[in-house]
Amino acid sequence: MTTKSHDHAAKAKQFISNPEKAHWHDEALWFIREKRDKQVHSLPEWERLRELASQIKAHTISKLGSYLVAFEEQATALGAQVHWAKDGEEHNRIVHGILKNHGVQRVVKSKSMLTEECHLNPYLEKQGIEVVDTDLGERIVQLRHEPPSHIVLPAIHIKKEEVGELFHEHLGTDQGATDPDYLTEAARHHLREKFMEADAGITGVNFAIAETGGIVICTNEGNADLGVSLPKLHIACMGLEKLIPRMEDLSIFIRLLARSATGQPITTYTSHFHGPIADGELHIVLLDNGRSALRLNRAFSEALNCIRCGACMNTCPVYRRSGGHSYSATVPGPIGSVLNPVQDAGTYHSLPFACSLCGSCTDVCPVKIPLHHQLLALRNHIRLKGHLAWGKKMTMTLAAGVLGSPFLFRFFGALARRVLKTFPGLMNNRFNTWGKQRDLPTPPVTSFASWYKKNRRGDGA
Amino acid sequence: MSVGLFIPCYIDQFYPDVGIATLELLEQFGVKVDFPEGQTCCGQPMTNAGCVDDARPLAHRFLHLFKAYDYVVAPSASCVAMVRHHYESHLGNHPDYESLKVKTYELCEFLVEVLKVETLDLSFPYRVGLHESCHGLRELRMGQSSELVGTAFSKSRQLLELIDGLEITTLKRPDECCGFGGTFAVNQEAVSCMMGLDRVADHEQADTQVLTATDMSCLMHLDGLIRRQKKPIHVMHIAQILAGRKPAEVTA
Repeated sequence: MTTKSHDHAAKAKQFISNPEKAHWHDEALWFIREKRDKQVHSLPEWERLRELASQIKAHTISKLGSYLVAFEEQATALGAQVHWAKDGEEHNRIVHGILKNHGVQRVVKSKSMLTEECHLNPYLEKQGIEVVDTDLGERIVQLRHEPPSHIVLPAIHIKKEEVGELFHEHLGTDQGATDPDYLTEAARHHLREKFMEADAGITGVNFAIAETGGIVICTNEGNADLGVSLPKLHIACMGLEKLIPRMEDLSIFIRLLARSATGQPITTYTSHFHGPIADGELHIVLLDNGRSALRLNRAFSEALNCIRCGACMNTCPVYRRSGGHSYSATVPGPIGSVLNPVQDAGTYHSLPFACSLCGSCTDVCPVKIPLHHQLLALRNHIRLKGHLAWGKKMTMTLAAGVLGSPFLFRFFGALARRVLKTFPGLMNNRFNTWGKQRDLPTPPVTSFASWYKKNRRGDGA
Repeated sequence: MSVGLFIPCYIDQFYPDVGIATLELLEQFGVKVDFPEGQTCCGQPMTNAGCVDDARPLAHRFLHLFKAYDYVVAPSASCVAMVRHHYESHLGNHPDYESLKVKTYELCEFLVEVLKVETLDLSFPYRVGLHESCHGLRELRMGQSSELVGTAFSKSRQLLELIDGLEITTLKRPDECCGFGGTFAVNQEAVSCMMGLDRVADHEQADTQVLTATDMSCLMHLDGLIRRQKKPIHVMHIAQILAGRKPAEVTA
């Protein structure tokens, strides 16, 4: 096991040690899940849309090479400049190179999980460039010097009282202010200044269309549009898997995305960019960073279907009660518990176990990634890679030995029942993890098998 | 029709009455039930812990013991899901696996689909909280999960609705996981117990008197929390209600 390795269970326990906040977090995300339910149940064709989206993604991923080439040709023809990055480091170098060529000092950035994945902000800041996240939630976590805890709702773990304190310190709002309208207005004024001063805008990409070479960015705050309309330089950063073949495929994903993400029928802004603005430049950076390897990994390749809607996080009973930071990863929740350990089993070995295998993520996923089956398969993958704790492995081998022999099973079963019956206090205490908060069942005198023998086979007495 | 009864390991050892109720219930419908000797466990604990190889001999044992029956019935959606969906890597090439998959049923599924039970001569004048187990819902598709769009149905609810005087309580979250999850219950004790306590609270606000499910594993976890907190909720497996047991006769 690597020294970097994270223990989700310990961090989750820490989060739950403030039960009031943990319940508030659970309710806040469940509210979004209910909004989502209301929206999707008003569309009788919902399951058909999911199926179509899943098939379009599977098709695109299977022919990814030719679609990428087509996209590059079309985007270039529209006047965009396309760059290819094999990993986060190369991505950051490319972005910095473009900014340096233009003498950029100040950048505004709209929400992009991909730049979080590459840790672009600290990289650029080290080179002396100011990067301001312009999505309200992202700006909040940026001012707090912490990563987002959710891919769509980056500041979902922060209460409005905490935002009030933060804004008082950084934006000079009134001390003790908690009114969301007042705080949002203050952030708007603060960000408006940043937009006016910026020399370049960086955005993510929700969809890239191979047929047209256009890119599509969905936001609720219009911050991406402002950020790339005022400065003349737009850098759009995207993962290879954001591609869809045709313009007409887009409608399916647009209908699925906002409903799944926030329970809105559509995002407030769905902006299409076909080439640069007048007298401006559009650079599109295509990032691999393990995606083409995942494409070839048949057991887990469907994870590339992901459109980063965050619905699996909102529905996950573990995520809601443990908070996004407990995953110690850029993408948390069920999809993060697949993507991260597939790439780095040593660091993220605990994530596939941060799951009760309830399957809610699989049913909520708009592109039908079989998330809970992938999480189950990953547990075996983690053992094969040698990252399963010795104690756990041994327990299972011993259990398999006992359960593999009807004699040992009867013997140990009877022994356990007798011990528990004689010393009921033995297990219901804090030294036994089960018994910290739960009583054990009252042990019966006989097993079903013994009862059956006596009452149906007429054996024994 | 010959039915092989599979009694999951923890039910055999800790909840024999759930097995007895299952057997009696099937016999009431005139089914000839056999309980083959030598059965232990479906192998789910090892599989869920990532130790798939340790589960392989158990999958072979299961197939060997049950392949000769017309049907295999178990009072556990989770174990049936194991047989139906997760034996592929152990038995995928075995000529008898396909038929084992289609003939292995969870008890309520078997009553509704095979025996086509449409009436029950029973009275159970209690407010019953139905815990839809995740593996029943999202692995066996015994009901429509709340995430999917389509016609609502639930095979276990359908059976409970046939019982005189029984009222099913209304939950705020109709099918959220209880947090048992096998080894998850211990590895992630804090999250597991919070999930379970939240389910119990939902049943309390719904005024549930008797909490039931197709899976005794979920119920073992919930009952453990209920008893520790001395809540006035009785826990019964659905087989016990369907076999005519009363709450006072059952000690979980």
